Amino acid sequence: MESVRGCCATRVCGAGVASLGVFCPGFRAGRPPRLSGAMWRRCLRLQDSGRRLRDQAMGGLTARMGPGPGPTTQPLARAYAPLTGGFEINLDHRKLKTPQAKLFTVPSEALAIAVATEWDSQQDTIKFYTMHLTTLCNTSLDNPMQRNREQLIRAAVKFLDTDTICYRVEEPETLVELQKNEWDPVIEWAEKRYDVQIGSSTSIMGPSIPAKTREVLASHLASYNMWALQGPDLACVPAGIEFVATQLKSMVLTLGLIDLHLTVEQAVLLSRLEEEYQIQKWGNIEWAHDYELHELRARTAAGTLFIHLCSESTTVKHKLLQE
Amino acid sequence: MAALGSPARTMRGLLRELRFVSAATGRPYRGSAAYRYLVKAFRAHRVTGEKLCRAQHELHFQAATYLCLLRSVRAHVALHQEFHGKGERSVEESAGMVGLKLPRQPGGKGWEP
Repeated sequence: MESVRGCCATRVCGAGVASLGVFCPGFRAGRPPRLSGAMWRRCLRLQDSGRRLRDQAMGGLTARMGPGPGPTTQPLARAYAPLTGGFEINLDHRKLKTPQAKLFTVPSEALAIAVATEWDSQQDTIKFYTMHLTTLCNTSLDNPMQRNREQLIRAAVKFLDTDTICYRVEEPETLVELQKNEWDPVIEWAEKRYDVQIGSSTSIMGPSIPAKTREVLASHLASYNMWALQGPDLACVPAGIEFVATQLKSMVLTLGLIDLHLTVEQAVLLSRLEEEYQIQKWGNIEWAHDYELHELRARTAAGTLFIHLCSESTTVKHKLLQE
Repeated sequence: MAALGSPARTMRGLLRELRFVSAATGRPYRGSAAYRYLVKAFRAHRVTGEKLCRAQHELHFQAATYLCLLRSVRAHVALHQEFHGKGERSVEESAGMVGLKLPRQPGGKGWEP
C-alpha cells in the first residue's frame, strides 16, 4: 500500500488527492485497502468461480451490455456500452469516474477500449504518468480551467507566432541546411493545403503571421466537431489540438498530424530537429535523450489519437471560407 | 505518408504490444477487448494498398499512432525503471561510497526507546 500511496501523490492532473476517494483508500484511516493490481487479481480469482455460477444463473448483470465477453476471461478493466449511448469503463465492476467525480463517458468505442487497456497495463502500482489517454479524457470531461472552445482555439492559433518550424538559425551551416531541407516542405504543404501565408524567419521576433492566416486556421479548427453526446460545449478536440501543439511546440506540425500528412515519429523528429542534430554530433545520452524522446512520442501519439477518435464520429468538414 | 509502412506490419506490432499488456493482467491477449476490436476493424477495412481509400488510410494511421503510443509508453517506463526508479541512496550506502561506516552506539541513541 505504501507504493500506491506514493504514486497517487504524484498525479499529473493536479486535482486534489481527496477527489480520488473512490480509488485511493490509503489516505483515510480505517478504510480497507481496495486498490492494488495484485489485490484486484487475487480477489477476482477467489470470486471468479462463484460469480460465474451466479452469472450463468442470472443471465448476466444488466449493466454489462458490452461486446460479448469471452467464456473464460473476466478482465479487470472493461469498456461497455450502457443504454444511454456512449461508452463507460468498469474497473472491477465499479464505474470509472473522473477526478471531479463525474461519470467517465466517451462517445467512441475505440477510445474506451484504449483507456481500458491503459488501466489494464498497470501492474502493482498505478502510474498515472503513463496513462495519457485517461488524462486527456479526464481533462476534457472535467474542464478544470473552465476554458471554452474559443479560448482554446485562440491559444492554439497563437502558437503560430512562436512556431518552432518558423524559427531558423543562421549558423552552423549544416544545421541551416538541415532545417531548410526538413522544415520547408512541411511549411509549403501547410501553405498549400490551407491557402495561407506562413513564412519562416531568422530574426528574434519570429515570423509575421498575417491576420488572414489566423482567421482561416481558426475557422478550420472550429469546424472540428466536439463530443456531440455531452450536450453543451465540450471542447475536447480543440483541447487535444492544443495539447499536441504544446508538446511539439509547433502548430504547423500539429496540423500535419491532424491531416494525416505526418506520422507521429516524423512529427516528433521534426520537432526535435536541432536536438537530433546535436545528438548525431556529440552523442546520445540514453537516460536523458531517449527518455524525453519516448515521453514526447507517447504524449503526441495520445493527443493525436484522442483528436482523431473524438472527431471521427462526425466527418463533416466545412469548406474554408475564402474571402 | 509512405512512412506508414504496410498495414500487416502495423498489425503485427500492435499484437506484440497487446501481448505485453496482457502479460500484466495475466490473461491471454486474444480475449482482450482491444484485440477483438482491432481484428474486427482490420478485417472490415481490409487494406488492399492499391486504391487510395480515405477510410482505410485513416484506420491505418490511427492504428500506427496507437502502436507508437504503446511502444513509447513501454520504452519510457523501462527507461524510468532503469535510470530514474531507484530513489535515494540510504545513509549507509552513501557513507560506504567514500569508504566510511556509520557509527554504532551500543546503548542506542538518546532519543530511541
